[in-house]
Amino acid sequence: MAISRRDFLKVIGFTGVTSAVATIGGVLIGRGEDILKEIKPASKVRWAMAIDTRQFKTDEDFQKVIEACHKAHNVPNIPDPIRQVKWIWVDTFEKAFPTIEHEYISEEIKKRKFLLLCNHCDNPPCVRVCPVKATFRRPDGVVVQDMHRCIGCKFCMAACPYGSRNYNFYPPREFLSQVNPEYPTRTTGVVEKCILCYERLDEGKQPYCVEASEGKMFFGNLNDPNSPVRKAISENIVIVRKPELTTKPMVFYII
Amino acid sequence: MFEYALKGKPRYWIWLGFLATLILIAFYFWNLEHHIGAGRLLGLHRDLTWGLHIGQLAFFVGAAAGAVMIVLPYYFHNYKEFSKITVLAEFFAVGMVLVAMLSVFVVMGQPPRVFFVLLHPTPNSIIFYDLIVLSGYLILNLICGWTVLHAEYKGVKYPAWLKPIIYLAILWGPSIHIVTAFLLQGLPGRDYWLTAIMAPRFLATAFSAGPALLIVLALLAKKLTGFDVGQKAIDTIAKIITYAFIINLLFFGFEVFTAFYSGIEHHKAPILYLFFGYEGHTEYVGLMWLSMILALIAVVLLVIPPLRRNETALVLACLAVIASVWIEKGFALMIGGFTPNPFHTVTPYIPTFPEFMIAIGTWAVGFTIVTILWKIAISVYQSKEKGVFIKS
Amino acid sequence: MYNSDKVIVGIIIFILFFAMPFWLNFGKAKALPKPELPSDTKECVESREYMRAFHMKMLLDWRDKKVREGQVYYINSQGKFFKMSLQNTCMKCHKSMEKFCDRCHTTISAHPDCWRCHIAPEEVKKWQ
Repeated sequence: MAISRRDFLKVIGFTGVTSAVATIGGVLIGRGEDILKEIKPASKVRWAMAIDTRQFKTDEDFQKVIEACHKAHNVPNIPDPIRQVKWIWVDTFEKAFPTIEHEYISEEIKKRKFLLLCNHCDNPPCVRVCPVKATFRRPDGVVVQDMHRCIGCKFCMAACPYGSRNYNFYPPREFLSQVNPEYPTRTTGVVEKCILCYERLDEGKQPYCVEASEGKMFFGNLNDPNSPVRKAISENIVIVRKPELTTKPMVFYII
Repeated sequence: MFEYALKGKPRYWIWLGFLATLILIAFYFWNLEHHIGAGRLLGLHRDLTWGLHIGQLAFFVGAAAGAVMIVLPYYFHNYKEFSKITVLAEFFAVGMVLVAMLSVFVVMGQPPRVFFVLLHPTPNSIIFYDLIVLSGYLILNLICGWTVLHAEYKGVKYPAWLKPIIYLAILWGPSIHIVTAFLLQGLPGRDYWLTAIMAPRFLATAFSAGPALLIVLALLAKKLTGFDVGQKAIDTIAKIITYAFIINLLFFGFEVFTAFYSGIEHHKAPILYLFFGYEGHTEYVGLMWLSMILALIAVVLLVIPPLRRNETALVLACLAVIASVWIEKGFALMIGGFTPNPFHTVTPYIPTFPEFMIAIGTWAVGFTIVTILWKIAISVYQSKEKGVFIKS
Repeated sequence: MYNSDKVIVGIIIFILFFAMPFWLNFGKAKALPKPELPSDTKECVESREYMRAFHMKMLLDWRDKKVREGQVYYINSQGKFFKMSLQNTCMKCHKSMEKFCDRCHTTISAHPDCWRCHIAPEEVKKWQ
């Protein structure tokens, strides 16, 4: 897709503007790339998240987090419960961990609510099945959904064992009461999901949900022994969703 | 040769007009879906994103692969009885593959972007391979059928270069079914699909329902045009259907054994949901047992030789096979795969009227192609039988 | 060739029919579109000629760099940094889709689908 110098010279020739030739020297996107490499080294980063489910007590705690994400990403509020779009949502232990729930676990855990979102698996089935690389795993582990590329085949939704993917069954703009003008919406017929705010990560910020949780969620580089998420995981008892499928989820739940 | 498709009795044009109307209705709904959103028109939802249409992919890919059962004995074993039905089987496969491909196409939420599959080829995705094998099979069958028929039309033997292509087409046939089964059987967490017997079972259903549909169409053609593919050919195909269908039922039994003897709840759940109901949801219990009863009727009619040789009983048996396999594979397979959902609850799926009309529209495209190609083929054979001199 | 008279007439009718837009618009000159340029700034990301010729390629390139390659900034020929963003960089100066993008696109019947998802500046008002 990059524009070659020759292409550009051709057009300049056609338009007959000679003064522009002076600027051609720098019109090389490659040069920008070199500089960017120095700014953002592709080091061994593996983003992960730990959710301290003990600290999430009231509905307000959850709402703050969900709203921060949904407002920032223009996630529509669709009333039809079985065709909703949700990037991060709340469910019970029984539904979040159907393979390990048990009749006689503590009442407190049974009543506890869990924040659910894309697990950004290390071994993501959705990425494996996507026929156009619309969903792909970045070197830092974020499983991104490229809504420009998605053809809406819904294969990834069949492959995801966590129900974390959303298909736009309705034109999303009809269900937005307000928009964040800095972020796009989506269109009907594409799949979307949590993207771990990769744009913010690239700018050195934390995901919206982690920021809004006020210390109830830990985020960081799993490969760094001093990162908050690594500490949270090593100091507490954590579980992940459906570990038996070995998709290696990167969202840990502190019990 | 193509001129035969342009001349026909009024009933030929009325039939084609009827199919065209169905296609237009389907096109209307499909177009509407992309304007108002799938949620307002189709029964699909978060927990069941592949419904009726991918079911049609599974069923019609089988129908297409079923043609191999006719082409293989004719070319590999020189089974002369199939000489008349072979070209028909190849043309039938062309139409059925087209239905299968269209069934995938109508599922796409962004149809203009479909060519991205070729623009960004992704060898780790099964859809990529499915596209290759389906379009490959379509082209191979069209080339083989058309060239053989054209040679017949000119009264010569087909050219030698066709032989390797015919062999390739025969070997290619099962691949479309295996790859389509791989779409489903490699997904973690979808326990109804996550079984190695999925591909063999797909083949068994293909080799029973495909030839069954072919027999029904061939007998229909006999009634309408008087073109007879030969009693012996029909008998042999009926035997093939019998064995393949019984193997299919056995495979289903293996499936049930594994799920229930292992006692693993998640393997049992989809089968329980379909046949007995799960967590109070019993939407498809009746339909599944209907499929089972139809299968039983088909087995009885097929296994007893005098009944199998009786044309009426055979047609009934074939219809029972088609209906049973369609319910089980063209419909319930998707529901079983997606239910219970990842949260182990049941969200029922009821296909809507527009959804059915879109599916019927895809069938209509396939049957339009089959009608036209069969019209040509039968006209060629009949003009030869009558000894009409053909100007070349 | 059989039926050559019919075939040739058929081909001529076919060509005439498919050249219809040309016949319908023959001799009618349309005014050149005048996209409204921002008044408060003179400089775009690259030179005017470059943008005219390559804005679409550049946007596609930005899109892939940002979404798929995790890059944030574009460095132009002068060494200046720009955040790669249609909504937050381009449309901060070009404040209107209708008066800037659409003017040329409508004239030449180009229909890029950017705005089906990206929010055009004038559309933000609809929600406020």
